[in-house]
Amino acid sequence: MTAIRKVKKGVSRRTFLKAAAGGVAAGSGAITGFPTIWAQALKDVTILQVGPAYSVFQDIANQASKDLGFKIEIQNAWTDALMTRIVNQPETIDIADLEFWGMRKMWPTGKLQAIDVKKIKAWEKIEPIFREGKYANGEPVSAQGTMPFEVTYVEAADAKGFAPQRTELATCVPTIYNADTLGLRPDLIGRKIESWKELLNPEFKGKTSILNIPQIGIMDAAMAIEARGDIKYGDKGNMTKEEIDKTIEILMAAKKDGQFRAFWSTFDESVNFMTAGEVVLQSMWSPAVTAVRTRGVPCTYQPLKEGYRGWGVGMALASHLTDLKRDAAYEYLNWYLSGWQGAFIARQGYYNMVLETTKAALSPAEWDYWYEGKPATVEIKDPFGNLMEKPGAIRDGGSYAERTGNFACWNTVMDEDKYLVQRWNEFIAS
Amino acid sequence: MINKDWVPYLQVAPLAILMVLFVAIPLAVLVTLSFWLSDGISLTPTFSFDNYKAVLTSFLTWKLLLATLKFAVLTWFFTLVIGFTCSYFLVFHVKNLKLQIALFLLCTIPFWTSNVIRMISWVPFLGKEGLFNSFLMMLGIIDRPLEFLLFSDFAVVLTYVHLFTLFMMVPIFNSMAKISPSVIEAAVDAGASPFMILKDIIIPLTRTGIALGSVFVVTLVMGDFFVIRVMGGGQSSNIAAAMKNNIDQLYYPDAAAMAVFLIIAVLVPIVVILRIVDVRAELAR
Repeated sequence: MTAIRKVKKGVSRRTFLKAAAGGVAAGSGAITGFPTIWAQALKDVTILQVGPAYSVFQDIANQASKDLGFKIEIQNAWTDALMTRIVNQPETIDIADLEFWGMRKMWPTGKLQAIDVKKIKAWEKIEPIFREGKYANGEPVSAQGTMPFEVTYVEAADAKGFAPQRTELATCVPTIYNADTLGLRPDLIGRKIESWKELLNPEFKGKTSILNIPQIGIMDAAMAIEARGDIKYGDKGNMTKEEIDKTIEILMAAKKDGQFRAFWSTFDESVNFMTAGEVVLQSMWSPAVTAVRTRGVPCTYQPLKEGYRGWGVGMALASHLTDLKRDAAYEYLNWYLSGWQGAFIARQGYYNMVLETTKAALSPAEWDYWYEGKPATVEIKDPFGNLMEKPGAIRDGGSYAERTGNFACWNTVMDEDKYLVQRWNEFIAS
Repeated sequence: MINKDWVPYLQVAPLAILMVLFVAIPLAVLVTLSFWLSDGISLTPTFSFDNYKAVLTSFLTWKLLLATLKFAVLTWFFTLVIGFTCSYFLVFHVKNLKLQIALFLLCTIPFWTSNVIRMISWVPFLGKEGLFNSFLMMLGIIDRPLEFLLFSDFAVVLTYVHLFTLFMMVPIFNSMAKISPSVIEAAVDAGASPFMILKDIIIPLTRTGIALGSVFVVTLVMGDFFVIRVMGGGQSSNIAAAMKNNIDQLYYPDAAAMAVFLIIAVLVPIVVILRIVDVRAELAR
């Protein structure tokens, strides 16, 4: 008796939810396709999502829990810590927000399970850069570094390697991405910056910085060195030992000449360097630029002619998920691409992989500012409601098409990673 | 009734259990790990000297060791001078006991906030656009900001001294306070000059405190990676910072081998200090 009543109650609650979620969840259909009895059982499911602080937010989990009717819990862990956990304690994670370069290391460990593409409602709407490895106009995307497409598909659920072409099994659901470039203080530089090579320009001696994360720091350095014409890399994302040696030599020489003010390791440090004016030109992440601007200090995320260093995050399912829990996880994945998260993350300058639902969830004025590159017509607020830009401001780098049409390389981990880390330590200690 | 033979064992048991749980076991794990191999993702349990070979034959390690020792010696010197002077003043010049205690507590006030806050607060002060540079430029002493003030060895040592002086001062204060005033009066009566009193009475009698303070400061500095990263801005490095870099990249065995190397490097100065001063005998005194 009780059981039946419960089921009925569950159904009606779900139906209501479906009606209420209506517009937002359109296309995701987050609630369909389960035996009704599971709908009630789902209520007791808890999904733990673990990932870096720029991608996994309590606000997102709260909203998802509200929309889905089961509990999403989050923990923040940087990619390195996350990878250690996937390898050593996979049972402590349900969903991992993993960067694509991390996927290259993590998939072969067998601790993640393949995702059935057909169960992801919005899969065919995911940006073609990630779904097909091509720009929307059909042009191929640069494969220097870990191009996300290379690590997105597998041939079989138990395959150790990646599929070179699209299949129906994915290693993860691509969720957010962005194009990284240099941030600068326009008020303290006072001229146009157009190339990565300015990072090594003696004009800015003692006023530049790169990040102290070997794998990414060396790519930014390589962009600058190649732009200056010192080295032509075979693949900036997978250097040979000789290329690493030459790059570190150039960096050491620049450091000796006092080119770099400092090296930053955390998001906050990069914000403080810029806000305090210690540095006028440095590698930066988009939300860091946002953070500097929110403090009333002018800061530009400068598009450069050599292109951007791209990165992206996908949500991967731990292999221990089965039955009900796995279904719940799929629901959450579908929710992620259904708009609310896309709007949230857009307000800190990142892109959700599905434009259509994000557009529906943003106000038209916000869409025009963040995606179309048009001057703001309303006050632009960050994800937490703080004022960021007054009407009239234009987003750096222009429209979505301009910002994401020119990837020069992708965040990665090289074959010679161990050697790189060792040489990087030498550079920092020099 | 408990058998009498067991009493001493029971008495040491709490400490012994703590030491085994929190010192012996972690240390054993660390040493074991240092012989394993890693490819940046998974660990391979084996017995290999590769990590040690890499650490010991790398020019970088020795350079970092030198830097680590340099920071330790500089910090030790400045904390000793400041700590000793403050203690001396408090013990021998402040006659009122209440005032003495009040002043001593005053010294601990900065420690009511966290280490991180005290360290970070230097950044806006020492920066290129910081208070100190602006002040000097306003006075016309300099016409462009002094860059060496922040993100440099200078900034690192300054912060260490700021953070760790109290660790030197407290043990010294403690030993000085134990010196009987009659000893000094006797020396004065016998015609000793103030300098002789300092050299022949006070310093020898406070050496336990100096030794303990030195052990604190040296170990704190040699094991630090955070101050050096934030205040050095990546422009300075030491062994622990390089170790942290390895850990961040998941090269745990390499970091473990470096950690064992660092433990030995820290033990050397500690043993030297404890050889010079028999702390246990002095404390029991």
